[in-house]
Amino acid sequence: MNNTAEIQDMSVNELNRWFDQRFEEKITEREADHTPAMTIISTKGTLDQAYPPFILASTAAALGWDVSIFFTFYGLSLLKKNMNLKVTPLGNPAMPMKLPSGPSWMKGKEVSLPTSVMSLMPGFENMATSMMRKTMDSKGIARIDELREMCVEADVKLVACQMTVDLFEYSKDEFIPEIEEWVGAASFLPKALKADVNLFM
Amino acid sequence: MNEVANTLDARGLTCPLPILKTKKAIASISSGEILEVMTTDPGSVKDLDAFCAQTGHQMVSSEQPDGDFVFQIQKL
Repeated sequence: MNNTAEIQDMSVNELNRWFDQRFEEKITEREADHTPAMTIISTKGTLDQAYPPFILASTAAALGWDVSIFFTFYGLSLLKKNMNLKVTPLGNPAMPMKLPSGPSWMKGKEVSLPTSVMSLMPGFENMATSMMRKTMDSKGIARIDELREMCVEADVKLVACQMTVDLFEYSKDEFIPEIEEWVGAASFLPKALKADVNLFM
Repeated sequence: MNEVANTLDARGLTCPLPILKTKKAIASISSGEILEVMTTDPGSVKDLDAFCAQTGHQMVSSEQPDGDFVFQIQKL
């Protein structure tokens, strides 16, 4: 339908039909060319809460999406060279406290003390963390440093919050060199605006 | 059976590792060639289907011959 004369000869109905069809084709073309994008805001620094951002980011990258994660407040711990992440059941009553090993009558049994009582025990957090790590290892769950490495390899953009570093008086040497940039909210929001998926974690 | 260009053993691994390792392994073969993936994670059945739907690679077969899941994926 390149011929001007042919267009002039068309009735309004024909012209509308032609336009609708062409519009549909163009939209489909654009959708096919579009690379999906995702932005994540990561705010938590415990072993359990480190999983969602890295799992979703690495998977989205594997699906061919453009991904950036903005790490702020405790989320910034996930970018440290030495992560040493911990997990605590205190204030988290949904977390199962099951012994990952030991005699058969103990293994897999839920420890039924209230977490507020358990937390009075010295070394409680280290014990809970060690139990969680053992359970994860035995189930073939990826380690956080492994997932982070896969994110870096897959070109996930790791963006760090400048204000958090100043607030907690961190030194930038404590963090992995793969961090793309140190910025504030105003630099991150325009990326989020263009993304198809925005998640706060 | 199709001729397999490369095989990935992702047995014993859980989400998202089978997908991430499939993505890497598929990069090592040429367009039209077939990657065979073995997994034990029940979630990987639907996840690998979704991976193929999103990336355009074709799931040629998805079977569970003797306990483990075996997939054949043809690279786009």
